[in-house]
Amino acid sequence: MQDAEARSLGRIARLRAGNDVLDSFLSTPRVVIAAAVALLMILTAVLAPLIAPHDPFDMAAISLLDSELPPAFLEGGDARFLLGTDSQGRDVFSAILHGLRISLMVGVVAVLLSMALGVTVGLVSGYFGGFVDSVLMRLADVILSFPTILIALLVNGILRGVLPSTQATATAVLVLVLSIAVNEWVQYARTVRGSTMVEKGKEYVKAARLTGLPPRTILRRHVLPNILSPVLVLATINLALAILTEATLSFLGVGMPPTQPSLGTLINTGNEFLFSGIWWVVVFPALTLVVLVLSVNIVGDWLRDALNPHLR
Amino acid sequence: MASLLEIRGLSVLFEGKRGRVAAVEDLDLDLEPGEILGLVGESGAGKSTVGNAVMGLIDPPGRVEARSLRFKGEPLDLADEAAMMRLRGRRIGMIFQDPLTSLDPLFTVGDQLVETIRLHLGIDEKAARARAVELLGSVGIPDPEARIASYPHQFSGGMRQRVVIALALACEPDLVIADEPTTALDVSVQAQILELIRDLTKARGMGVILVTHDMGVIAEVTDRVAVMYRGRLVEEGPTARVLGRPREPYTKGLIASVPRADRRLHRFPQPPGQADAAPKAIDLGSHWLGAGTRRERSDVPVLEVEGLTRDFVLRRGILGIGEKRFRAVDDVAFAVREGEVVGLVGESGSGKSTIAQMVVGLLRADAGRIRFAGTDITATRRERDLLPVRRELQMIFQDPYSSLNPRLRVREIVAEPIRFHRLASGEREIQGLVLELLAQVGLGPEAARRYPHEFSGGQRQRISIARALATRPRFLVCDEPTSALDVSIQAQILNLLKDLQETLGLGMLFISHDLPVVRQMCDRVAVLKQGRLCELASTEELFENPQHPYTSELLALMPRLDGLAPAPAGALDGSSEANVYG
Repeated sequence: MQDAEARSLGRIARLRAGNDVLDSFLSTPRVVIAAAVALLMILTAVLAPLIAPHDPFDMAAISLLDSELPPAFLEGGDARFLLGTDSQGRDVFSAILHGLRISLMVGVVAVLLSMALGVTVGLVSGYFGGFVDSVLMRLADVILSFPTILIALLVNGILRGVLPSTQATATAVLVLVLSIAVNEWVQYARTVRGSTMVEKGKEYVKAARLTGLPPRTILRRHVLPNILSPVLVLATINLALAILTEATLSFLGVGMPPTQPSLGTLINTGNEFLFSGIWWVVVFPALTLVVLVLSVNIVGDWLRDALNPHLR
Repeated sequence: MASLLEIRGLSVLFEGKRGRVAAVEDLDLDLEPGEILGLVGESGAGKSTVGNAVMGLIDPPGRVEARSLRFKGEPLDLADEAAMMRLRGRRIGMIFQDPLTSLDPLFTVGDQLVETIRLHLGIDEKAARARAVELLGSVGIPDPEARIASYPHQFSGGMRQRVVIALALACEPDLVIADEPTTALDVSVQAQILELIRDLTKARGMGVILVTHDMGVIAEVTDRVAVMYRGRLVEEGPTARVLGRPREPYTKGLIASVPRADRRLHRFPQPPGQADAAPKAIDLGSHWLGAGTRRERSDVPVLEVEGLTRDFVLRRGILGIGEKRFRAVDDVAFAVREGEVVGLVGESGSGKSTIAQMVVGLLRADAGRIRFAGTDITATRRERDLLPVRRELQMIFQDPYSSLNPRLRVREIVAEPIRFHRLASGEREIQGLVLELLAQVGLGPEAARRYPHEFSGGQRQRISIARALATRPRFLVCDEPTSALDVSIQAQILNLLKDLQETLGLGMLFISHDLPVVRQMCDRVAVLKQGRLCELASTEELFENPQHPYTSELLALMPRLDGLAPAPAGALDGSSEANVYG
């Protein structure tokens, strides 16, 4: 009875707060702006080949005569190159658009992969428990006890040894995605394992077991939909993290090759010219990275609060 | 002499974006010293809110309004938090429902008592400790000198509630508000605690407001009773008068829907204005629900349980050394015939739910055999071999709020078993069957496309029943199917289960701690105590002529309305339903 009463009081509280997720979204300008910026960046990244004024990868189109031009709005700038050019005469703006595309692609694929892996491991671990659970969680502990970058470098090194032609874009992307996913699945696994253990004890899961449904169906149909909201939050925040990890790896020279630069690669190559005065080659890609990660993080933080029933 | 507490025009309002909700509306109440006032009503009636309002425990956005609130003749200023703090604990004590959460697990009960006494009475440590020992003794804790150094977890539930009472009484308050003080306790402990509250009230001349949903508790201890419904006071008066000759229709209905233990009725009486969810009469020979089920009527048991035993490991040891085990079920044997309802009763910890879980195969037995329709469940290791049993053996759970997947529409919830067991050909037949099943449990077709959270507790329990029926079962295990529901809803659900059981000829294992309910529902009853079977007899025999001393004890402890309430036939409109048949 007490429970029912508490529930009806809870209903009253919710009635008062009127806190639908959409309401909360629209009433926080910071989040609306961040979401708009993130969306805009994703769009430009997707459409980069269409909207970029130059093709920075087309060796025939770039001319050394155009090298090291400052941004168009500065003295000596060229109207063709909005944010100036690098030492090879490539348009920095176009390079950023293409770099953004690769950074986002690596980030999104890494998040999807680690999410798929982590959620599966978490569901299995939490639902079956026992020996399987012990093995999987100890593995997770081991991974968590090493610094992220170290593991990424290790995986990177091994994969580069195993896979041929690491200079090819596809291979480079694959190597990066795997290096990042190896670290990040652990977080999903732990979160999902906890939620699964809670849901498993609930009577609707018992009812599904009594129907005779196999564990695979119970997990997919009954448990998974009920544990998704923390996973979504984690995915958003991890997207920012994955983009940063990619940038770090590329900056360290083990990521995307200079011929197919990501934002990290651009920062890496630009860094060498910082002291020779052509600052725009490094500052603009860096700014892009900061704005992207920041806006994704703001959206992620908001999502975490909005979906958390304890904070509502 | 002035009233101890005088409430005039009390309202508790919750202001919200989408309107205003009055949890309590324009309530008048009086309480004399030495009196126990019962505040009774169903969930959402606002009875707990009244207690909280008087204690000054309503937090914003809740707002308390009152024309006049007087405590011992003095006006009570709820807005003056400092003054309320001085009153709380010292002049007004509170006893909450859950003794587990109302004590701090990190301190000994002695520390908690001494701190409270010192804080409010301003006496020194030694005197306070002596007082604490005396208090623990007076609430019936044996050997209080030694127990004062124990931590809350070292006490049983009943003993813990005694400590909570001691804590509430520590400063000799004039008024005690007890919010469902015995709801979490077993009947035997409940009887002791109620007696304790009554004795202390009379001995100390304090006033008690006892908030409860349980009419039995009201009948047992209160002097006066106030009935609340949707935030309003419906009826108030001396307990014997209100329960014996209720004036208001709502009170009549509430009293009539309390199941009776003294005899068997054909149906559970319903409060007026509530319709039965009577399922349609169906011909099993031609109906889907009867198809494909082996149902030869005979005395051959459909469920046989022999020597069933289950231990729980309390502490793991190394190779069994230092391991601590607890025997939850100990050598239990019983059988249920086709179409028979067998009740399992016992207090908490008696192993009744553990047995239910083993019977349906959610939990493995350590020893013993469970045979269902010829299949030995305990010996079957492969889930696939259990499928036929799974289909025929279904379960209704206790908590309607967690037994339905919140992310699935009702249509999907009910269709899943049909689809999985391939009991229908094609999607159209499945959807038709879903609507038919929902109709059987008294829900309209519009229910199918809604989500579980849109339904009340009673409606959800009906959806659970529809889901259980969707496998065309021949046997249902019901684990406390109505203990989370209000009594008026309880009658509806129990009548539905009874009707379905009779129409479909279902065998049933009915688990409950509520003896009156068991008397109405079951053909035979098994009494469990600490995992062992004490007695198994036909319901009439067990209630009229119990053989085992524990059964007699349980029956004697059950709070009853019988002495006070009139024959239910008088309280019901259309009393034809109440024909005696046992």
